[in-house]
Amino acid sequence: MNWQAIRAIYVFEMSRFFRTLLQSFVSPVISTSLYFVVFGAAIGSRIDQVEGVSYGAFIVPGLIMLSVMTQAISNASFGIYFPKFIGTIYELLSAPINFLEIVLGYVGAAATKALFIGLVILGTSALFVDLTIQHPIAMLAFMVLTCLSFALFGFIIGIWAGNFEQLQLIPLLIVTPLVFLGGSFYSISMLPPVWQTISFFNPVVYLVSGFRWSFFGLADVPIGLSLLAIGGFTTLCLAIIWWIFKTGWRIRQ
Amino acid sequence: MPMVQITNVRKSYAGGFEALKGASLDIHEGEILALLGPNGAGKTTLISTICGITQPTSGTITVGGHDVVTDYRGARSLVGLVPQEINLEPFERVINTVRFSRGLFGKPKDDALLERVLRQLSLWDKRDNRIMELSGGMKRRVLIAKALAHEPRVLFLDEPTAGVDVELRRDMWDIVAGLKEAGVTIILTTHYIEEAEAIADRIGVINEGEILLVEEKTALMTRLGQKELRIELHEPAMALPAALVERGLRIEEGGHVLVYTYDTAQDRTGIATLIREISDAGLVLRDLQTRQNSLEDIFVGLVSKQEDAA
Repeated sequence: MNWQAIRAIYVFEMSRFFRTLLQSFVSPVISTSLYFVVFGAAIGSRIDQVEGVSYGAFIVPGLIMLSVMTQAISNASFGIYFPKFIGTIYELLSAPINFLEIVLGYVGAAATKALFIGLVILGTSALFVDLTIQHPIAMLAFMVLTCLSFALFGFIIGIWAGNFEQLQLIPLLIVTPLVFLGGSFYSISMLPPVWQTISFFNPVVYLVSGFRWSFFGLADVPIGLSLLAIGGFTTLCLAIIWWIFKTGWRIRQ
Repeated sequence: MPMVQITNVRKSYAGGFEALKGASLDIHEGEILALLGPNGAGKTTLISTICGITQPTSGTITVGGHDVVTDYRGARSLVGLVPQEINLEPFERVINTVRFSRGLFGKPKDDALLERVLRQLSLWDKRDNRIMELSGGMKRRVLIAKALAHEPRVLFLDEPTAGVDVELRRDMWDIVAGLKEAGVTIILTTHYIEEAEAIADRIGVINEGEILLVEEKTALMTRLGQKELRIELHEPAMALPAALVERGLRIEEGGHVLVYTYDTAQDRTGIATLIREISDAGLVLRDLQTRQNSLEDIFVGLVSKQEDAA
């Protein structure tokens, strides 16, 4: 294992994050605050409680998941797409490193950034609503796993993308709708039966549900199923990345 | 055992284009080899295949005895690459990109070494600058610094002086000479023949994916080198005696100059006889001049011969 290389990639990627620290830090805080103003105060005041939890608090896990997923994807996809775009990928390809080391470096950094932003949002939320976290370790574990699996997914998008438009395409067309329809802002049980059934085909439902369980002990689906879903998604992404590096798809002609 | 051994390497791209057609080449430790060839000859493909950027379709390549495909870690940790294009992250600082390169190749942090490398390339004062603030020539130096940061035993320079000014080119040659002294094996591609002539120990000529020849520079020059003797006359000669025409003497510049081409490798160049015959013909010499064929002439000759054969 070339640990020096993993470290080098990780540090290099993190320095990009720190270079834009203000932007990385301020934008999630502002957007979270806006969500609370709109959903928590304006609309939430008309919705008393969802399954015994105040609406303002109920949306916190979903809000964190929304940001964590999109951040993990955009950081990881940009992280590997940018070297392809400007040509510095030659160095990665000619270095004595294997796919696992490249992935650990890039995905590790992207997941760290997403985790950091998730924690910032959690902190911001605590300013607006009373939060109790029933299972803090499970909460953290869910957050870390989500960061990692979506960073892996983002890494695949970054390798697949041939231009900046494609880089935005999947997050915009697939991920954002799945997240919004994944019970971030409502409980699946609030939907008509047909939509409940359809929702269970949305993988994000399992993640948000599991994450919300760690806060309030409430879940749309059993917690085991949530863990299985995130484990399965991670494995699938790893398998695809392994195949990409084995065949050199889109990176090594 | 050669430092780099390339055996019958073929490379075809999807779409059927064959960039390398069975190239074989041995590169010895500590030498400077210049790979000369026109655009699209396969120079960059050959380098990319050695460095791991592309995979050979068939054939084998070893670096320091390590196969570049099966033992890529062993092979790549010996190799530094300076690409042709200026591929650098514009927002990054010089010192960080150089540090990154060292880490990427698995080498532990060594700030003293990085300082030496940056000083050698006159980049030390610019170490905290962002890449985008540097001039084109400075960016090229950063590319070299990145390659040297991980102490390669073999350094590939892909057209290091394409589009750089004369001063920087001289600097580049000095750097290459310094590296050679430190025992680094250097392979550079170029289509500036004067560059190969100035710094290489051996010269390889590549065209259309084939290595046409590899030879010691001096041997190559003498083997293929032809010389031209230009004889200036006092009075222009309107016509030449048949004996002189038979020797291949040509009239140029309206009869003021006679030109004689001869092979320096031959035992007898025939110059003495020629001069005697010229004065026997009643022509008066004013001046004599000889000119050695440059590598360029040799190169153009080789490539056009290949095209004729095709």
